[in-house]
Amino acid sequence: MILELAPTDRPFLPRGVRVQPDRVRGGMVLLAPEKAIRLDAIGEAILARVTGQASFDEIVDDLAQTYNAPRDQIGTDVQRFLVGLRARMYLGVNP
Amino acid sequence: MTIPPPIAMLAELTHRCPLSCPYCSNPVQLQGKAAELDTATWADVFRQAADLGVLQLHISGGEPASRPDLVDLTAAAHDAGLYTNLITSGIGLTPKRLDALESVGLDHIQLSMQGTTAGLADWVGGYKGGFTRKMAIAQEIKARGIPLTLNAVMHRHNLDDLDATIDLAVELGARRLEVACVQFHGWAVRNRDMLLPTFEQTEATKRTVAAATKRLRGILAFDFVPPDYYSDYPKACMGGWGSAGLNVTPDGTVLPCHAAESIPHLTFQSVRDVPLADIWFKGDAFNAYRGTDWLPEPCQSCERRDIDFGGCRCQAMMLAGDASVTDPVCTRSPDHGLVLKVLEDAGVARKDGEFTYRAYAGKQG
Ligand code: SF4
Ligand code: SF4
Repeated sequence: MILELAPTDRPFLPRGVRVQPDRVRGGMVLLAPEKAIRLDAIGEAILARVTGQASFDEIVDDLAQTYNAPRDQIGTDVQRFLVGLRARMYLGVNP
Repeated sequence: MTIPPPIAMLAELTHRCPLSCPYCSNPVQLQGKAAELDTATWADVFRQAADLGVLQLHISGGEPASRPDLVDLTAAAHDAGLYTNLITSGIGLTPKRLDALESVGLDHIQLSMQGTTAGLADWVGGYKGGFTRKMAIAQEIKARGIPLTLNAVMHRHNLDDLDATIDLAVELGARRLEVACVQFHGWAVRNRDMLLPTFEQTEATKRTVAAATKRLRGILAFDFVPPDYYSDYPKACMGGWGSAGLNVTPDGTVLPCHAAESIPHLTFQSVRDVPLADIWFKGDAFNAYRGTDWLPEPCQSCERRDIDFGGCRCQAMMLAGDASVTDPVCTRSPDHGLVLKVLEDAGVARKDGEFTYRAYAGKQG
């Protein structure tokens, strides 16, 4: 299976995977089966947009606009981040 | 050194289990039912754990489903804000109990696999009919869409069953397969000649896992724990002693790792007497091997010092008779000959007889 998301793919966090505040250490944490991943500001910003509704392209557009950053660079970063999650089965994708 | 709060806690609700796997990670001295913490005490421990910084709770045993209050305990853990992972053989779960667990917020199930056929699985687990019941509950888990990991403890008698295990994981809709080669602590030591895989099996396993990881990308994720006797370097046990995780036994004793009681000079505190945070930050057992300052040579000047922290303390204890030396698994350890000797002896003594199953000393608890 190819893990890279197509522009129209709509990613979501499947059951058993969620983002929640880490009330002891601060910040947000991604909780998945037997795994806790601290999110940096970028990861947090990406996952806040992973709703199952927004497409990959829409997520990238939104981030590029919000952070006033080059779209190509953002696209590469988001792809890398999401592929990493998908490889561990922490991310689902709707066509 | 600032001590970070723990991320994960293993709660061994009970040592009771219908199965009697010959590699069970429970201690050789099993605790009976009378010693177990009650519902309210466990619930309080879960709240203390969440306050301390624990994010992941592994609800384990023995067989956690042997506790009649499993649903209440899961609810308490969920309410405390913990991610709840049920580690089970499946025996003792029913469709009704699964429904109840789902409704109180159970996040994930890790189902143990002893083999992919009734003949093999029931022999290894020492429980006739167990495989059929496990498969029935696995189908119920799948039907509900509860996130599932299969945990296959692999050893000489089922490593050749790995391909079938992978197929089964896919068929059951598991998202993850843990291929954990048996680790030699407690009961497994008593069965070492039966369990220790051959070098050829180990190499074949690595190839199989690597190929399947590629082939099943996006379908099934793999976690592979190789048998460390054949490795060059030891594992970073628990991500470092007293650094990421802790373990609470059925009677409330708090351990830095599940085998820590095998180190005779350590004393352990109980949640019955001391707040969990004090045990974590100030307990002697947790501070005994925390960090790397205590590490001897060759670890102290080794470039892997902050990667594996000198390996497993319990393994150093068991093989070298001293918990504070370099894990003998390491090829740089002066005691590495002990591991080579075990491998050599196992090659000669390799048995195809019967397992020494786990059992309560004296009367059943
Ligand atoms: S390893 Fe086997 S005997 Fe031990 S708790 Fe797990 S299922 Fe029970
Ligand atoms: S010498 Fe010590 S630190 Fe270096 S690899 Fe071996 S166990 Fe790890």
